[in-house]
Amino acid sequence: MKGFSFRRFLAVLHKETLEMRRDKATIGLTVMLPLIQLFLFGYALNANPRHLPTGVLAAEESRYTRDLEAALNNTGYFDLRRFTSEQQADNALKRGEVLFVVNIPPGFTRDVDTGQHPSILMDADATDPTAIAQASAAVNALNGTAFQRDLPVALQNLAMSVPFQVMVHARYNPEAITALNVVPALIGVILSFSTVVITALSMTREREAGTMENLLSMPVRPLEVMMGKIMPYVGLGYVQVFLILAVAVAVFGVPVHGSIPLLLAVLGLFIACNLALGFTFSTIARTQMQAQQMAQFVLLPSMMLSGFIYPFAGMPLWARVIGEMLPLTHIIRICRGILLKGNGFADIAADVWPMAVFAAIATGVAVYSYRETLD
Amino acid sequence: MSALAIDVHGLCKKFGTRQVVSGLDLQVPEGEICGFLGGNGSGKTTTIRMLCGLLKPDAGGGTCLGLDVITQSAEIRLQVGYMTQRFSFYGELTVEENLDFVARLYQLPNRTKVVADTMERMELANRADQFARDLSGGWKQRMALAACVMHRPKLLLLDEPTAGVDAKARREFWDLINDMAADGMTVLVSTHYMDEAERCKRVVYLSGGKLIVQGTAEDVVRDAKLIVFELTGDGIDKISKKLRGTPGVESATIFGQALRVVGLDRAALEGSIGAQGKQPGIVTEEVPARLDDVFIHFLHDRKVA
Repeated sequence: MKGFSFRRFLAVLHKETLEMRRDKATIGLTVMLPLIQLFLFGYALNANPRHLPTGVLAAEESRYTRDLEAALNNTGYFDLRRFTSEQQADNALKRGEVLFVVNIPPGFTRDVDTGQHPSILMDADATDPTAIAQASAAVNALNGTAFQRDLPVALQNLAMSVPFQVMVHARYNPEAITALNVVPALIGVILSFSTVVITALSMTREREAGTMENLLSMPVRPLEVMMGKIMPYVGLGYVQVFLILAVAVAVFGVPVHGSIPLLLAVLGLFIACNLALGFTFSTIARTQMQAQQMAQFVLLPSMMLSGFIYPFAGMPLWARVIGEMLPLTHIIRICRGILLKGNGFADIAADVWPMAVFAAIATGVAVYSYRETLD
Repeated sequence: MSALAIDVHGLCKKFGTRQVVSGLDLQVPEGEICGFLGGNGSGKTTTIRMLCGLLKPDAGGGTCLGLDVITQSAEIRLQVGYMTQRFSFYGELTVEENLDFVARLYQLPNRTKVVADTMERMELANRADQFARDLSGGWKQRMALAACVMHRPKLLLLDEPTAGVDAKARREFWDLINDMAADGMTVLVSTHYMDEAERCKRVVYLSGGKLIVQGTAEDVVRDAKLIVFELTGDGIDKISKKLRGTPGVESATIFGQALRVVGLDRAALEGSIGAQGKQPGIVTEEVPARLDDVFIHFLHDRKVA
């Protein structure tokens, strides 16, 4: 019994290998998970996003406005759409429907023609500084050439001068502080991790401990079990929310431009989404190990495809479709929106209903897959 | 005959390709203690689970307390107490907290009093604050029994309640069960212990998922028509070895000081024992068959068949 016995070590190794090999679900996930993630993230993620939604608010129509739009299009960074009122443009920016608004001022054509170098104001949503960094740089490079063909002959020869200037106005996070972008989103990320995993283990723990059989033999309905098991974690989730918010404001200097009660209410919905999802895993998985892997299967894509690390707008359409289905995507927009942009309920409604749908579906699946028998 | 607490016919259950229970008929009159016997894997647990709605039978059906076992399993649960084979309460909760949880699920009126009374009756009161995981085997079983009788069920299903429990705790446990039956509760209890089987008014014997015999203990013994000779004295261990496999001898097993030789064919049995039984110092006498002789006989029958 002394020292290290190679044979005893081999015995343990062999037994572990046997156990591992018989857990088919785990093997499946260990093989599939990296593959799916490789393809998913490899193709979806892009730190230099192009085709960013951009609004144009033109006070007049002229060859110059057409030239400017063509030039913006040609950079590949902007997908343009027209706005007719300042209010409309402002709302779109606030709700994250566009990342830029290009304001072409009245008298722009005349000022260019007369060589007065008019300014174009470009509002940028700086809540995600990485998303707009490259695009903003591209704008500054275009003004020398954009109007080349259409300029009056007299001005064409003034090679040194530029016909107009672009002022990029970084809204919501003017100093492009990364923490202001990351910290509000972290509220959602941290909540996801704690709540999904804990509830994913809740039913599997009962099954492994053998208490499930007893619970099933007593008069209690699935929804009662589910609600009863979930509620304590809602409380725990809120404790986390308060902690994170306090640190976010006190330490990271995150501004609070919107309503905290609104934020708390919406976070409740988000917590419900996660808990229902975790509970669903819990009812499907046979062991705690499987439940944990299932949770990971959703958490990693959530991190990657929600706009937490990489700009949402930079992902291909299919990845954005997946992203739109994840509650984290919506809560990140909402947290940034309420805290940094001062969004009200009308502004975030578009992100609230998908979470409500998600919570309803997840609850439905969880209750459906809760087995009232041991079959 | 009084009304039947359990009346099921043709119950079948398959797990994968394994037929665990096939065509089981079971009748248990109200107010009786029915011993549910059979070897490991004979389908006892599966049958009990089907009776209380935890498993859906593949075929067959019937009633439990007059309620349909397939369509009314929710109602059955309210009136049945099921004690699982494996301890299945919450180790991180105290005895009292566990019982309180169960009482709340059954929505018992005067909950605190019911829990306190139950603990008193089961002598659990001075362990009320102990964590369930720290209880010894016997006390765990007692707590589990307390939890499943608190709502005063009409039918108690006990799945090997005394497995791994010491003799004293076993005896006390059975005294509790007897008291409950005296109050009118029907009890179906599975067990491996023959002394426990003999405490039951009625026994059911299962083997390979099939019912082999059911009835009162006396009927079962009488109907088996077994002939048993008991040999005592020095050298019975050698005799038992010689007798095994000889004509007419189904089993020759030593219990304590005596060798029990069992068979159906009197002539063959006497012939085989013959000279062996007349050795000096050996006393041979015919004794009445016991329940365990009968069960060993059934096992033997199945092997021959």
